[in-house]
Amino acid sequence: MISPEAIHLKNVVFGYEPRTPVLEVGELVVETGKRVFLYGPSGSGKTTLLGLITGVLTPQQGSCAVLGKDMTKMSAPARDRHRGAEMGYIFQSFNLIPYLTVRQNVALPCHVHKRRRQNIVAQTVSKEVERLVARLGLDTHLDRNVKKLSTGQQQRVAIARAVIGKPRLVIADEPTSSLDANRRADFLELLFEVCDEAQATLVFVSHDRSLMERFEERIALSEISRGCA
Amino acid sequence: MTVLRLAYESLRSRMFTTGLTIFSIALSVLLLVGVDRIRQGTQVGFEGTLSQTDLVVGARGGSLPLLLYAVFHIGTANNDISYASYQYFAHHPAVLWTIPLSMGDSHRGFRVVATDDNFYEHYRYRGDHSLQFAQGSRAEGIFDAVLGSAVADQLHYHLGQQIVLSHGLQASFLKHTADPYTVVGILAHTATPVDRGIYITLWGDEAMHLGWENGAPPLTAIPESQIHKSDLQIKTISAFLLRTKSRMSTLFLQREINTYKPEPLTAIIPAFTLEDLWSVLSAADVALSLVSGAVLVVGLLVMLTALYTSLNERRREIAVLRTLGLHARQIFALFILESSLISAAGAALGLAAAYLVLFAIRIPVENRYGIPLAMVGFSARVAYYMAAVVVAGALLGFIPAIRAYRNALVDGLSAG
Ligand SMILES: Nc1ncnc2c1ncn2[C@@H]1O[C@H](COP(=O)(O)OP(=O)(O)OP(=O)(O)O)[C@@H](O)[C@H]1O
Ligand SMILES: [Mg+2]
Repeated sequence: MISPEAIHLKNVVFGYEPRTPVLEVGELVVETGKRVFLYGPSGSGKTTLLGLITGVLTPQQGSCAVLGKDMTKMSAPARDRHRGAEMGYIFQSFNLIPYLTVRQNVALPCHVHKRRRQNIVAQTVSKEVERLVARLGLDTHLDRNVKKLSTGQQQRVAIARAVIGKPRLVIADEPTSSLDANRRADFLELLFEVCDEAQATLVFVSHDRSLMERFEERIALSEISRGCA
Repeated sequence: MTVLRLAYESLRSRMFTTGLTIFSIALSVLLLVGVDRIRQGTQVGFEGTLSQTDLVVGARGGSLPLLLYAVFHIGTANNDISYASYQYFAHHPAVLWTIPLSMGDSHRGFRVVATDDNFYEHYRYRGDHSLQFAQGSRAEGIFDAVLGSAVADQLHYHLGQQIVLSHGLQASFLKHTADPYTVVGILAHTATPVDRGIYITLWGDEAMHLGWENGAPPLTAIPESQIHKSDLQIKTISAFLLRTKSRMSTLFLQREINTYKPEPLTAIIPAFTLEDLWSVLSAADVALSLVSGAVLVVGLLVMLTALYTSLNERRREIAVLRTLGLHARQIFALFILESSLISAAGAALGLAAAYLVLFAIRIPVENRYGIPLAMVGFSARVAYYMAAVVVAGALLGFIPAIRAYRNALVDGLSAG
């Protein structure tokens, strides 16, 4: 079942308005289990590319094979299911549902997808949530409203939610840009550890190249994209 | 299931706006349902006040005023009818029983009704309920009085109490001070206007006015001890209730009374006259319902505004839910559920409040205004209102939901 390629995009053309493409990718391959650093200047289409990989967006042309399935050939609900079951996603900030507690936020993927529920290490979802949250050093905040957490704490909760139930692909879109330098390194460390535990492929987007050395593979968007922006 | 949970938590986190919105919807439902329940409550109450009476008879005049003063103690009789005419119909072969009623005096705002034993014997309300005594017994002597339960309650009267009756219905300077009456009985609560009456004998009524032929008190009051039934002659009464031996003869008898030669009389069928009353009141009912409907529209618009303005700050939330694998359709459902939950909560709260209010005002309204207000259950109209509120709420939810759905599809992951 494990294909050697976690992501394979080919001749992809996408524009928010069909006539003005913002992204044209000849080929992008991410091997299974790799930690990939994707970088490019602001506005170059990094977030847009992640939208294509997760199947939130569909390209006007080309194919997007992610975790063995061609997203462009799937129905919208099937894409949503594939994403929810197999991928974890971390935004730059405001990752959390503001009206839920830390516990409820982290448990969410398990409630939405059976697959994530089945993959947990602990016996119950709530025990798994507690385990992960403790793992990320947030055990005292378990039942707090997420709005009361600091930005760094919120980002760690986002990690927990992204990796619960062992998704095969974890995607992070500039997750460190709202953190200071020290916490950036800690954050990255934690993210690597839990991704290894979950045996997930990691795609990490940033324009901050100081983090680049820590990744085994680096992709400049400008090299794969025939750039339009 | 997850979506329902999300909708609930989302609403809960916006407690203040959610609460206000629910409150405004509840208020409009309270008005809508309240107006309707009061309408039906008064109908049931009025209809329950008099049963088994086939005809109400009084002097020639309008049928509604006759019914209102004879049965509900509202308004006044413009003319009396002669006791002879009453006697004639009381002994008519088609008639089972009659109850004579003579009104025109009062005591501290409560009406004095002169009647006879037939009243205690034959008066029926709400189907087959007859009058019961809480204390004491019927008025037999000239200066005996029986109190309705509300009279006894409000004036704190007890058996043996001496009361002085006033001439006319307003608290009057012309008091029959010479002739105090004695309370000999107190009726059990009936939740009808009967509770607000003071009942004396027809003799008592005549005795009260002995020497008053000029409309003013006699110069020298006649002491009570010197008045005997044999000295008194009952000349007039205000109206009477009548029951026929066979329902079939009601219409014939009504015609006979209406065309009675010796005296111009009016006989009405109470149920028909009440129908007239409701059709008069239905215009007011429609007007009030329209106002309540307008309040409902405002309430729903408040909800729409609250949901719609929250859309912008929720774009990021929608993007997050999308990455978690929620379909755009589920985002749509989330917003519909939020509006449905708000309107359902508002409807439920308003309904409960309407019944509470009805329950709370029932007794005071009955006591103060003499309007019998029955506690009525659910009706088709109320069920229809409830359904309309929830459906309208859900439908309005489509407006923010469609926008959220489109945001979910178009924004991708770059929202916020
Ligand atoms: N929802 C949207 N609708 C229309 N155009 C969009 C939308 N999101 C992004 N764009 C446009 O697409 C282009 C690529 O944007 P994108 O967000 O992918 O860049 P990015 O590389 O992630 O930038 P940054 O580093 O600032 O996050 C930009 O020109 C942007 O204006
Ligand atoms: Mg971006």
